[in-house]
Amino acid sequence: MSVETLIDNFVKEHEADLTALPDYSSKDFASDQDVRWCPGCGDYTILKQVQNAMPVLGIAKKDIVFISGIGCSSRFPYYMDTFGMHSIHGRAPAIATGLKTSRPDLTVWIITGDGDALSIGANHFTQLLRRNVNVNLLLFNNEIYGLTKGQYSPASPSGIVTKSSPFGSIDHPFNPLALSLGADGTFVARAMDRDPKHLKEMILRSHRHQGTSMLEIYQNCIVFNDGAFELFTDKKSRPQESIYLEQGQPLVFGKENDKGVRLNGLMPEVVELNDTITKDDLWVHDEQDSTKAHLLSRFFEHPSNGDGVKFPRPFGVLYAVDRPNYDKEVVAQVQHAKETQGEADLDALLSGGETWEVK
Amino acid sequence: MSTTDQVREDVTIRFAGDSGDGMQLTGSLFTNTTALLGNDLRTLPEFPAEIRAPQGTVPGVSSFQLQFGSREILTPGDECDALVVMNSAALKANLSLLKKGGIIIANSAGFDKKNLNLAKYPEGVNPLEDDSLSDYELIKIDVNQMVKEALLEMNLSYKDQDRSKNMFVLGLLYWMYNRPMDSTINFLNKKFGKKPEIAEANIKVLKAGYYFGETAEIFSSRIIVKQAELKPGTYRNITGNEALVLGLVAAARKSNLPMFLGTYPITPASDVLHGLAKYKKFGITTFQAEDEIAACTSAIGASFGGSIGVTSSSGPGVALKGEAIGLAVMLELPLVVLNIQRAGPSTGMPTKTEQADLMQAVYGRNGESPLLIVAPKSPADCFEMAFEAVRISLEHMTPVIFLSDGYIANGSEPWKFPQSKDLKDIKIEFEGPRHQEDEPFMPYARDERLVRKWAIPGTAGIEHRVGGLEKEDVTGNVSYDPDNHQKMTNIRRDKRDNVANNIPLQDIDQGTEKGDILVLGWGGTYGSIKTVVHQLRKDGMDISHAHLRYINPFPRNLEKLMKGFKHIIVPEINDGQLVRLIRSEFLIHAQPINKVKGRPFGVKELKQAILDLVGEAVA
Repeated sequence: MSVETLIDNFVKEHEADLTALPDYSSKDFASDQDVRWCPGCGDYTILKQVQNAMPVLGIAKKDIVFISGIGCSSRFPYYMDTFGMHSIHGRAPAIATGLKTSRPDLTVWIITGDGDALSIGANHFTQLLRRNVNVNLLLFNNEIYGLTKGQYSPASPSGIVTKSSPFGSIDHPFNPLALSLGADGTFVARAMDRDPKHLKEMILRSHRHQGTSMLEIYQNCIVFNDGAFELFTDKKSRPQESIYLEQGQPLVFGKENDKGVRLNGLMPEVVELNDTITKDDLWVHDEQDSTKAHLLSRFFEHPSNGDGVKFPRPFGVLYAVDRPNYDKEVVAQVQHAKETQGEADLDALLSGGETWEVK
Repeated sequence: MSTTDQVREDVTIRFAGDSGDGMQLTGSLFTNTTALLGNDLRTLPEFPAEIRAPQGTVPGVSSFQLQFGSREILTPGDECDALVVMNSAALKANLSLLKKGGIIIANSAGFDKKNLNLAKYPEGVNPLEDDSLSDYELIKIDVNQMVKEALLEMNLSYKDQDRSKNMFVLGLLYWMYNRPMDSTINFLNKKFGKKPEIAEANIKVLKAGYYFGETAEIFSSRIIVKQAELKPGTYRNITGNEALVLGLVAAARKSNLPMFLGTYPITPASDVLHGLAKYKKFGITTFQAEDEIAACTSAIGASFGGSIGVTSSSGPGVALKGEAIGLAVMLELPLVVLNIQRAGPSTGMPTKTEQADLMQAVYGRNGESPLLIVAPKSPADCFEMAFEAVRISLEHMTPVIFLSDGYIANGSEPWKFPQSKDLKDIKIEFEGPRHQEDEPFMPYARDERLVRKWAIPGTAGIEHRVGGLEKEDVTGNVSYDPDNHQKMTNIRRDKRDNVANNIPLQDIDQGTEKGDILVLGWGGTYGSIKTVVHQLRKDGMDISHAHLRYINPFPRNLEKLMKGFKHIIVPEINDGQLVRLIRSEFLIHAQPINKVKGRPFGVKELKQAILDLVGEAVA
C-alpha cells in the first residue's frame, strides 16, 4: 500500500469546499487590521487591486496564501483576509517554494519590494524564476528603501542622492525585468500603481500563468522617492513615455497613437507614423519571443538611446512561455516512487539488507 | 610452517592509503563482514576535506580505523594492533597510532623513490629497508605486482587494475582475522552489476589476497575474535547519518505526515540528503536549495503547510540559518534542524569532529529565542534521537536542534533495530474548519502546555496571518506593547521549559545514584566516557557516568542527580560549553576536560585526564 499522509487526506477532504465557493466581493479579502502605510502611498492602490482581483480567481480564501519578506510592501499579508506569512528579509521566495512544493493545492502569492527581492533576496528571487515554481510574485518597485527611511536601493538610478548616498549613488542598478529574463523567468510583466485597471488585469494574468509569474509594479513612495516614475505614470506624459504591450498588436504609442517602434534587424527604433510608415511596418508584440522580450526589457538603457532617441517604457506582459513547474515535477517524482517502488514497508527499511541474530 | 589460531578479545585495525586508494570502502566492507559475524565494533573514518588531495602526500592520506571484539566495544580504539599502509605517506601519517609490536602491512610499491619523496622522507631513506621499524612486525608485499599477476589473463586497463588493489589487502585481512568473503563478494557483484568484468577482477584480487595469506606463510598465527555477547535480538550495522535518516523516516510514518527536507550540501551532513532522497515512497520530499537560508526557510514554508519541515547542515550552515530558526521560534511551527558538527570556527576542519556548536544551538540567535536541543550519544542512537526530535517538535510546535557530530555521523556500530510497531505513535491534530457562527480562530491561543494549534492553509474559516513581528498574546496580531512583549517572552521560555515534562528523566548510565564523582557527558563522547568509567570502577574508584541526550531543557531531575555527587566532571570535544551551562544554570562547580583536535577522546587520555583532575581535587 502506498503512503497516504494526513495532508493527502486533508487535501482530498477539503477539495469539496471548492464547489461551494461563496460569492466573494473584494471586501471579503480585507482583514480587520488597520492599514499602516503612509497616506498617499502607492501600496494602497495595489492592495485594492489585489483585493479586487481575488473574487475573480474562483479560489476559496482558505486556499490562498500571501507570503512576504521585509519592507513597507511586505506588511501586505496582514491586510489580506487569507492565510499569510510576513517572514524575514528576502526569503519569501524560498518559503513559498517550500510551501508550494509540499502543498501544490494552494494558490501562493509572494509580496516583495526592490530591496527585498533584488538585494538581500536576489539569490532566492532568481532561483525561484529558474525553477519556475507555480507561484505569483508581485515586486513593488519604488526604487528606494522606505521602511529604513530612505537609502538608495539596488533599483535606484546611479547618481541618486539619498541619506546613504549624499554625494550621489555610485551603484549601477538592476533592471528587474532583464534580471528576470536572465534568470529564465517564464512570465515577466510590468504594471504601475497609477493605472489600476491595467494593474488588475496584470494581476489576473499573473494568476493564470502556470509557473513563476513575475509582475513588477511601479509604486510611488511619496515620502522618500516621490515622483520616481512620474514620467511614465502621469496622465499627461504617459502616452509619450509609456507603451502598453498587447499580444499580436503593433507597438504603438503617443498621444495621438502617432508613434511606433520598428525593428531594424535586432535594433529597435522609434518612428513617427505617417503615410510611408504605417502600423504594418511596426514590431508586432509576441510574448513568446525571448529575443524581443530581452529588447523590450532593455528599452530604458538601449544603446541607441545615445543619440537622444527615447524609447517608451513598456508595460504589460513582456514574456510568457510554458515550462515545467518545479512543484509539479517534485510531486510527480514522489508519486511515481510511491507507485513503482513497492510498498513503503518501514520494517523492511529498518532491517536493511544484511542482519544477524544474537541469541 | 603451520599457523595456529590465537583468540583475542578485541582488535583494532587501521587502513591507510592515498585518498584515491579506496580505504574508506575497504574499511566499510571489513566492518560489514565483521558485524555480520556478530562482533561488537566501532569505526572511525578519517579523510581529508579535499576529494583528491595531492597524490602521495601526507595531507592526502585517508584512513579508516575500527575496533571489534567479543566484549562490548564503545570506541574505535586508541592504538591499533595492525596498520595497513598503501604508500609511504600513509605510514608517515599513521605510525604513531600503532602499538609497539603491532603489525604493519605495507604495499612496497608505494615506497618507491617518488612516493618516498612525496611523503618527504629524507633522500635515500626508506623506512621499509632500514631498521627504523624494528619495534613492529613488518610485512612487505608488492601489492601492485600481486594484483597484476592475479589479473594477468583479464586484459584490464592499468587504471582498473590499480583500482582493485585495496581488495587484495582486504582479502589478506579476511584471512588474518578469519572472516568470510561472501558478503564482500555479494557487494561487488551488486555494485558492478553492469560491469561484470570489473566485479570479476575485484573478486579475483580479493581472493588472491586471501590465498596469499594462506600460502605465503608470513603469519605465524591467525586471529580469532568470537561473537560478542550483545543483547539478544536481530542486528544490523549502521552509521550515525544512516540511523538519523531512518529515524526521520520512521517519525514521518509514525506521525503519518509528509516530510520536507530543505538542505544545502555540506560536510559531514550531505549523507542525510543522499539518504532521504532515496525514500520518496515514504512521502518524503527533498529540496536541494540555493543556500542554507533557503534550505531552512523552505522547510519553514513546508511546515506552515502541514509537513514536517527538516533542514540539515553543519555549524557554518547553521550559523546562516540563525535568523530563520528565530522566525520558526516566533511562528511557533515545527522545525527540525540537524547540525552534524565539525571542527570550527569558520570553515574550520570540515571532515574532523567537534562538539563546539552547543552554545550556538542554545544562544546563537538574536533576541530571547528558546528552543529545544537533543543530542544522540552514538551512531545507532541517532535513530532514536532523530525520532525524538521530530516528536517533540510536532508535539510542542517549536524548533528542535539535533546535535550530532562528524565522529558518530560517519562512525558505525551494530544496531539492534526496533520493530515499527514498538515505536511511539506521534498524534497530530490540525485545527479544524470554523463557520461564521463559531468563535473566531485565535492563532496564538494555547493549551495547558502553552502549545498553540497547527492551523494549516486549506482550512476554511481559520484564515490568519503569522510573521516575525512580535505577536499579541492570543490573537497573534502585531503588537509593540511593552507588557505584551514581556509576557510573550516569558511564554516562549515557559513553553520550552514545559517540554521537560515530555522527555525522560536523566538516568545514571553506570555507577550509583549518589557518590564521589559523576562524569557528565553529552553527544558523541559516550563511548569513550563509558569505557573509562568502567575501567575506573573496576580499579575501585567511586565514579559514575550520566549522559545527556536532552539538553534544552535539561531533564527535570538533573540538578538533584548532580547534587548527589561531590565532584562533577564534564568531558567535551570543545573548549568547555556544557560545563558552562551547568555552572550557570545550577551554580554547581563542574570541572571541564576538553580536547579540540578534531578527534574523539582516546580511552587512555581521558582516563589520565580524569585521574589528574581527581588527584587535584583530593590534593
